[in-house]
This record gives sequence, C-alpha cells and structure tokens, in this order.
Amino acid sequence: MIPMEFYLIVSTIMMFVGIYGFLTRRNLLAMLISVELILNSVDINFAVFNRFLFPEQLEGFFFSLFAIGISAAETAVAIAIIINIYRNMKNIQVKNLRDLKW
Amino acid sequence: MDITLDLIVFTVLALFITVSAVLAVTTKRILRAATYLLFVLFGTAGIYFQLNYSFLGAVQLLVYAGGITVLYVFSILLTSSEGDQAEKLKKGKLAAGLTATVVSLGLCLFIMLKHKYLPSQFEHGELSVRTIGHALMSGDKFGFVLPFEAISILLLACIVGGIMIARKR
Repeated sequence: MIPMEFYLIVSTIMMFVGIYGFLTRRNLLAMLISVELILNSVDINFAVFNRFLFPEQLEGFFFSLFAIGISAAETAVAIAIIINIYRNMKNIQVKNLRDLKW
Repeated sequence: MDITLDLIVFTVLALFITVSAVLAVTTKRILRAATYLLFVLFGTAGIYFQLNYSFLGAVQLLVYAGGITVLYVFSILLTSSEGDQAEKLKKGKLAAGLTATVVSLGLCLFIMLKHKYLPSQFEHGELSVRTIGHALMSGDKFGFVLPFEAISILLLACIVGGIMIARKR
C-alpha cells in the first residue's frame, strides 16, 4: 500500500504551482488555467482523505464530484466574461483592465 | 518499503503530474499551457483510478479533459493572435512570486508531514455504482439529493448567464 502522504505531497506541489502561476501570469486565460490547477489539487485531497481515513463513508467522494461540476460551471462563465472583454478591448492582458464599465 | 507495481505506477503518475503542472505555468505560449493542463488532468484521472474510484476518474475525464479543455482551446484561439507570447514580467516581481510560493510550499509540506493523521487503511475493491446512485438520490442522513438538485439549478443558471454575457448586442 502506498502511504497517504505521497498523494498529499503531489497535490500540495500542484496547488503551489497553481498559486505561482496565478501570481506571475498576466493573461486572463493563463490565470484561469492556474486556478484550474488549484481546484484539481483540492479534489485529489478530498478523494484521498475519503479513501484512506474514512473508507466506509462517501462524503469526500461526493465533494470531489460536486467540485468538478461547479468548476466546469465557473470556467464556462469566466470564459464568457473573458470573450466579452476581448470583444470590447481587443486583448485580455490584466494591465489593461482598469474600468468596470466602458 | 518494497517496490510494488502500485508504487511504480504512482511514481510515474506523480512525476508526470508535477512536470506537466510546472510546464503549464511556465511555458510562453498559451496554447501549450492548455495542452499541459490537459496532461495534468489525465494524470489526476489516473490517480483516481488508482484509488479505486473509477466513477470519479471517468467523470474527471469526461468533464475536465473532454469539456473544459475544449472550451479553453476554443477561447484561446478566439482571443489570441498568431505568435502571441506571454509578456516579460519584471525580474523583481517574478522573484517575489517564486519566493512566496516556495516558502509557503515548504511550510505546508512541513506541517502536513508532521501532522499525525488517523490510522489510515486502504481496502482494495471498487466502489460500486449502485452505492453511488443510492447515496446520490436518497434524502436520508447520508443522502445527497439536495446538493444534486442545487447543482442542477446552478448549471441552468450558468448556461443562461454564459449566453447572456457572451452574446452579441
């Protein structure tokens, strides 16, 4: 059996890689990709805790399942907003987004 | 600890995920970042399969790898022009981000490895789809019918909102 900590190390590394990308990228879509990495690492954690610590229950499993669904919804709305921004400003770099209304 | 097939598969998956994740946030071209994100999602699905959660792995492949990545690729092709590259960030800002990330990664790993968890066990055997279905549709103490309905409303609202925001005026 593989120790639980190995899985947690992988998900922690993935989470902080996502945070690094969120801090250093300046393109809205690249930042969204980093957020996706963070969400994915949290899903792994829920599934791993459920499997190793409480194998007769299903809470972590369903939390991952619903988190996957909600992140799909979040991505769809965020991409709709980004396409709308592109239509109005012709690029999606963060430094150009100073106004809420134009 | 002796080397088993499980451990070899896990090591390969872990290396694959880590390298792809690092490449996804450091590559200059955004389309490549989306491709590396796809690799990370495949690796995550592999980890779910290894945990004997085949249903979760299948959902991950269907929703993430099948749906979200296609959405990303389409929006990247719509919003970026030919030969578009990430602009250079200032050295100081890059170093600040890297330092903050590495320090907090070390802190988190330290706390996580120091912590004493409950005794962990691993039972081989698949979680049956019948169990998942019954739990998802029951309104008892360990039933999930309420979040199931809530997420269906959320998806409807998200479809309407996405169309409303992105349509041409």
